[in-house]
Amino acid sequence: MIELRNVSKKYGKDFTLKDVSISFHPGKIYGLLGPNGSGKSTTLKMICGLVYPNKGEIYVDGENVNRGISRKVAYLTELDMFYEPFTVEHMIEFYATQFPDFDIRKANILVKDLKLDLTKKVKQLSKGNRGRLKLVLALSRKAPILLLDEPFSGLDPMVRDSMVKSLLSYIDFEKQTVIIATHEIDEIEPLLDEVLAIYNGNLIDIQNVETLREEYGLSVLRWFKNIVEENEIYGGEKE
Amino acid sequence: MTEEFQTSKPIYMQIAERIFQQIVRGEMASGEKLASVREMAIQTGVNPNTIQRTYSEMERMGIVETRRGQGTFVTENKEILAELKIRLQTDIIESFVKNMKDIGFSKDEIVRGLQDYLSGCDNHD
Repeated sequence: MIELRNVSKKYGKDFTLKDVSISFHPGKIYGLLGPNGSGKSTTLKMICGLVYPNKGEIYVDGENVNRGISRKVAYLTELDMFYEPFTVEHMIEFYATQFPDFDIRKANILVKDLKLDLTKKVKQLSKGNRGRLKLVLALSRKAPILLLDEPFSGLDPMVRDSMVKSLLSYIDFEKQTVIIATHEIDEIEPLLDEVLAIYNGNLIDIQNVETLREEYGLSVLRWFKNIVEENEIYGGEKE
Repeated sequence: MTEEFQTSKPIYMQIAERIFQQIVRGEMASGEKLASVREMAIQTGVNPNTIQRTYSEMERMGIVETRRGQGTFVTENKEILAELKIRLQTDIIESFVKNMKDIGFSKDEIVRGLQDYLSGCDNHD
């Protein structure tokens, strides 16, 4: 379980996140949706202790978040954080030395499923294969929290499909809390339980995906466009 | 391949409808075991909580049965399966008739149109 209590984050004078309070529960996949620069990545970085809030508090399983929280939080960054001369196998071994919960057996199964070559160097991998490797490394940890920042960004539909299948195969739905930040909404809608819309640092709405369809006849994309439009007209600047 | 879904209808319902069609077409026999929730989630690219809801809903309707520790099975109750077939038929006719009325066709015209179309089909067979 993750809890944000009145969390604000400023870079310089600009708010990246404004007074956000929310909890995330195990057994669910959350979609953190917003345009580029809306505060999605900052939210994830704060949950895994890479960035600290200026105001408010963040708890993971009741523990106040600091750098040490990476014990409990597996994080897939949108950036490439690899050592280029390393092979896929080296990366796996390296991760295993960094995280006690890293399961090498599972990593090797995932490498096979996603058709990665263990002997290939990171710098020789295509963008799609680097995306797959990042997912392998994140999913191979037995961490209670799994944060994925734009895991499908720039990947072709085939890669995306194989990654979705790996996610569904290896997420532990009994215990894990999963948050996926993305602006590619359409593609992953069937994967999500709950969706959160972030716009200009404000958490503007939270909905259950099936309730949106059942009660309002809206796809997530339609809902998201509506709500962003409303905020642009009536001003997201409610201070 | 992950499947496509219509935007305005709950996903759990769309998956149930697909399974109903498989049953009615005979692709899935009475008494046959369904894929597990996780397997079905992976096949369809859909969240397992959604699939669980599909299965619960189908169970509530009596179309499938969950046996403890064994899995979920298509019911062996032939009456329920016959009702299901009629229900799917009624749904399709309802939406057809509604569409026809929406563009201004009368009952007689709908019947005549359908008869003409079907006899046309016969000639081609």
